[in-house]
Amino acid sequence: MAESVALDQPLDESTARKGRSPGQDAWREFRRNRIGVAGLIFIIFIILVAIFAPLMSPYGYATQNNLNSRAKPMTAYTITTDYLPNCHWAGTPLEWGCTIFFTGSDALGRDLWSRTVYGTRVSISIALVASTVSLLIGSIYGTVSGYAGGRIDNFMMRIVDFLYAVPILPLIILMQVYFKALARQGVREGLTGAIIELNQQMGGMLFLFIALGALNWIGMSRMARGQVLSYKNKEFIEAAHMIGASNSRIIFRHLMPNILGPLLIAETLAIPGYIFTEAVLSFIGLGVNPPTPSWGQMISEGYQGLRSNPHLVLVPGAALTILTLAFNFMGDGLRDAFDPKLRGRK
Amino acid sequence: MTKYIIRRILLSIPVLIAISLATFLMIQALPGGPFDVVGTKAMPEQMRQLLERRYGLDRPLYEQYFLYIGNLLQGELGPMLRFRGQDVNDIVAQSLPVSMQLGMLSISLGFLIGIPAGIIAALKHNTAIDHAATFIAVLGVSIPNLVLGPLLILIFGVYLDWFPIAFWGADPPFILGIFPKPTAQFWLHAVMPTFALGTGISASVARLTRAGLLDVLSADYIRTARAKGLRERVVIVVHALKNSLIPVATILGPLLAALLTGTFVIEQIFALNGLGRYFVNSVNQREYFLLTSITLVYGLFLIVGNLFVDIMYAWLDPRIRYD
Repeated sequence: MAESVALDQPLDESTARKGRSPGQDAWREFRRNRIGVAGLIFIIFIILVAIFAPLMSPYGYATQNNLNSRAKPMTAYTITTDYLPNCHWAGTPLEWGCTIFFTGSDALGRDLWSRTVYGTRVSISIALVASTVSLLIGSIYGTVSGYAGGRIDNFMMRIVDFLYAVPILPLIILMQVYFKALARQGVREGLTGAIIELNQQMGGMLFLFIALGALNWIGMSRMARGQVLSYKNKEFIEAAHMIGASNSRIIFRHLMPNILGPLLIAETLAIPGYIFTEAVLSFIGLGVNPPTPSWGQMISEGYQGLRSNPHLVLVPGAALTILTLAFNFMGDGLRDAFDPKLRGRK
Repeated sequence: MTKYIIRRILLSIPVLIAISLATFLMIQALPGGPFDVVGTKAMPEQMRQLLERRYGLDRPLYEQYFLYIGNLLQGELGPMLRFRGQDVNDIVAQSLPVSMQLGMLSISLGFLIGIPAGIIAALKHNTAIDHAATFIAVLGVSIPNLVLGPLLILIFGVYLDWFPIAFWGADPPFILGIFPKPTAQFWLHAVMPTFALGTGISASVARLTRAGLLDVLSADYIRTARAKGLRERVVIVVHALKNSLIPVATILGPLLAALLTGTFVIEQIFALNGLGRYFVNSVNQREYFLLTSITLVYGLFLIVGNLFVDIMYAWLDPRIRYD
């Protein structure tokens, strides 16, 4: 690997070998992992689908067509005259797209394709927001705990130990029931009212963010603490102390950049869990508010009529599986790329 | 070690108390109560007050809590508020064994498939077998049991008609209160739920076993063992395997938590009367005592499970000492 520079040549900026950061190294390694890159590309594609969902779906996710309930895939759509004006793709009238159900329709005559496309919005938002929230809380909590050490560390870690024994899902369920009951009561004034209003506009996702993010940072905080402990007594931290850097500066400028890599990877690998928990909550009727489509909810609506209309389960189920698969591929790729032990082993 | 286990058990008592307090308060904070409706109509105010007095729900909150804890210490989990004639003890005694049987079968399946598959993949490293096993494992990790359950029902229940699509094949009373009578009907009913829940477990176990074994196989002591002229089987089984299972033991903790989530879904899909199904179905009826008790049972299960994982860990890796 060593690049030899002829000794008689004067060394200048251009011939000196540029250093590469560990991040760049990892990125080069990651790019060589074809499956991981495919996962990343697919996730970016799905994010675009979520953003441009109206362009990708011929109907609205809540548009009902009572003439065509439980239509099989690739069957004709009976166009009602009052719906004809809605049938366009970014302004261009769209005859063909509005005459066929690509993947059929559900019990209420809503186009399954459109609902699946809109369903990406819930899953992707949960994946991004819940992981960010749990990464933020977890890494800050763990870093502070590990950095402070002594009694504070002991106390903070006892709390984490306690949370480890708490069954999370029943608590999330209870929280969701509580939030939903609050929303039904219709509190209008004050901070609670504002939050409930925002949640209604987001189709019930805000409460999911809170419930998922608030309870999933525990593992992250333990990992962050472990990382901090391994860096805390290194020379560069001591040097920062010597020149009088404040604690918060040391934590955020010196420690955080060093420990963030492994945490990010762990968080990526945790994302399928969030998507899955959301699907489970929607499945048992405690997720997003109808008619906002969520894949878990679509599966729960569909599996009642599994025998006669399997596509109602298979389509959202396939979407859920493929997205999870993409996140797992990407997470595995990132983990391998950041692990120097695995370099050059292939 | 014994000292450590005793200390852990003692430490778990305040944790359980805290869980019970948190759940109790949270459930009480839920708007609405168990006696809001009778049939489809609103319950008359007077009737509601009478019922609340009957179950002690009109007392101050702290008094109710201490009463609950007091009953708990005597082994009484409390009354059912909507299904009269049964109490929470009955419900837990019926449904806990079902959930436990499902969980145990799934974990066993996970290890029975996962460990051999991981070993084979590691031994055939970078061959077609390895790639196929790795790919199937990622697929198995990625397919949520929410999807796998209906898929299995569709293929093996509806189209092929091999297995029954719903219900658990064993009814209470169970042998020793836990074990089912191993009838043919039980196994037939158990196949699909077990696979729906166990596939993900076996996939992650296989992945970890493979990674762990690959790591260990490049260690110096394995080279030494081979250099001594030991047979390959002895090298793998006696020298490598135990160490390579350490990473597998680390995920047992999260696995237990995932298993809880899994039973919630699988019980719902296959209509099994387990704890999770009772929990979900009684949330909206505000069965205060049942909800608190089920959460406590889960908490106890997690504590015992994590303790078991720590003990396994010390057994697999004698360098680990808990003192």
